[in-house]
Amino acid sequence: MLTKRIIPCLDIKNGRTVKGVNFVNLIDAGDPVILAKQYAELGADELVFLDISATLEGRKTMLEMVLKVAEQVNIPFTVGGGISSVADVDLLLKSGADKVSINSSAIKRPELVNELAEKFGNQCVVVAIDAKQINGEWIVHLAGGTIPTNLNLFDWAKEVEARGAGEILFTSMNNDGTKAGFANEALAKLSTELNIPIIASGGAGTVQHFVDTFKMGKSDAALAASVFHFGEIAILDLKQALKKHTIPVRI
Amino acid sequence: MKLIIIDYGAGNIKSIQFAFKRLGIDAILSNNIDEIKTADKVIFPGVGEASSAMKMLRESGLDKIIPTLKQPVLGICLGMQLMCNFSEEGNTKGLGIFDVEIKRFSNAVKVPQMGWNTVSNLKSDLFTGVKEKEFMYLVHSFYAENCKESIATTTYETSYAAALQKDNFYGVQFHPEKSSVAGEQLLKNFLALKTDN
Repeated sequence: MLTKRIIPCLDIKNGRTVKGVNFVNLIDAGDPVILAKQYAELGADELVFLDISATLEGRKTMLEMVLKVAEQVNIPFTVGGGISSVADVDLLLKSGADKVSINSSAIKRPELVNELAEKFGNQCVVVAIDAKQINGEWIVHLAGGTIPTNLNLFDWAKEVEARGAGEILFTSMNNDGTKAGFANEALAKLSTELNIPIIASGGAGTVQHFVDTFKMGKSDAALAASVFHFGEIAILDLKQALKKHTIPVRI
Repeated sequence: MKLIIIDYGAGNIKSIQFAFKRLGIDAILSNNIDEIKTADKVIFPGVGEASSAMKMLRESGLDKIIPTLKQPVLGICLGMQLMCNFSEEGNTKGLGIFDVEIKRFSNAVKVPQMGWNTVSNLKSDLFTGVKEKEFMYLVHSFYAENCKESIATTTYETSYAAALQKDNFYGVQFHPEKSSVAGEQLLKNFLALKTDN
């Protein structure tokens, strides 16, 4: 049986792991290559690296990091952040990334999703969506969640699916950093209305939150950062708890 | 040991090269027919779309050469699918090494299947030291039906062939290079296969 995936997310700035709480107040959480290797050994199913470097120098450092991760880590990983062209993706995949995640660049130019899917296959195109519930409606936000768009989460998700996205990484900005659980109602709706895997992101605080997002949120995978980076939840303990709740996991 | 990864422009072969490097083997990337013929072992990778990958094989003449190879050949993911008779993806005629067709999962399940699933009914030397129901990492929308050449099965919507073997030709739908310790074991087993070249 296909198992539910547990995905630690490493936010990378200038080659170091940091984690934003509500997208601000960055705290250092270590060397990404060492962390990645540890996570693979501890039972993580996949990894996501998000490059939040703003400078060209930071981007170059990122490519070097991707190469080092690919050399040392024996599970799949996705790289996101600052990707806006076929050429960017080509470089990342040639450095050993398995998938790429695009966000703002897809909103600015939706054809990018088609181009990437055609050139590299939809299995390596993850579309990340940051959305916030405002007056009952889920509004997609740009640029790390700072700028609202006029896009509705569900409409946008369906559009990128039609354009060739292989997976959706949905971050609820209402939940992100709160450690109060994932946005399961919206996740369940996405999972039901779309036919590609949905990764839940934003709000992980306890083991029960993961149980809930797989059961109630119908998520295919769950992504979290600080609960893993700071050792609040051990991946093996988490998976054993999920198994007890009859959720299929790889142990 | 001369290990060649066929480099015909389809997909991410860096991960496969790195996986062998972790096992102490420097794999050579090549699309040179003479070089491929003299290899001890050949990896036939592939990620992407079947008809465009077949087109690249035809353009380089590799479509004629691969089925004639005598040394152990391991097709991975789309590589395995192209070794079959026919794929529904782009209505593509394959290399015809494995007598089976490639079909698409229906929309009753999420497509692509993405993640870790178990392999069962393990039958070949390729799986020495790999336990029944071991987890492997898969990413695919199309699958090979169960057939007499099946050496492992996986279930997603239906039971299908997760690995195939005929003579010196092996194919795996999953990605051993991304399947943690179990995947490494499979690659080690492939390296240990006897070469009748």
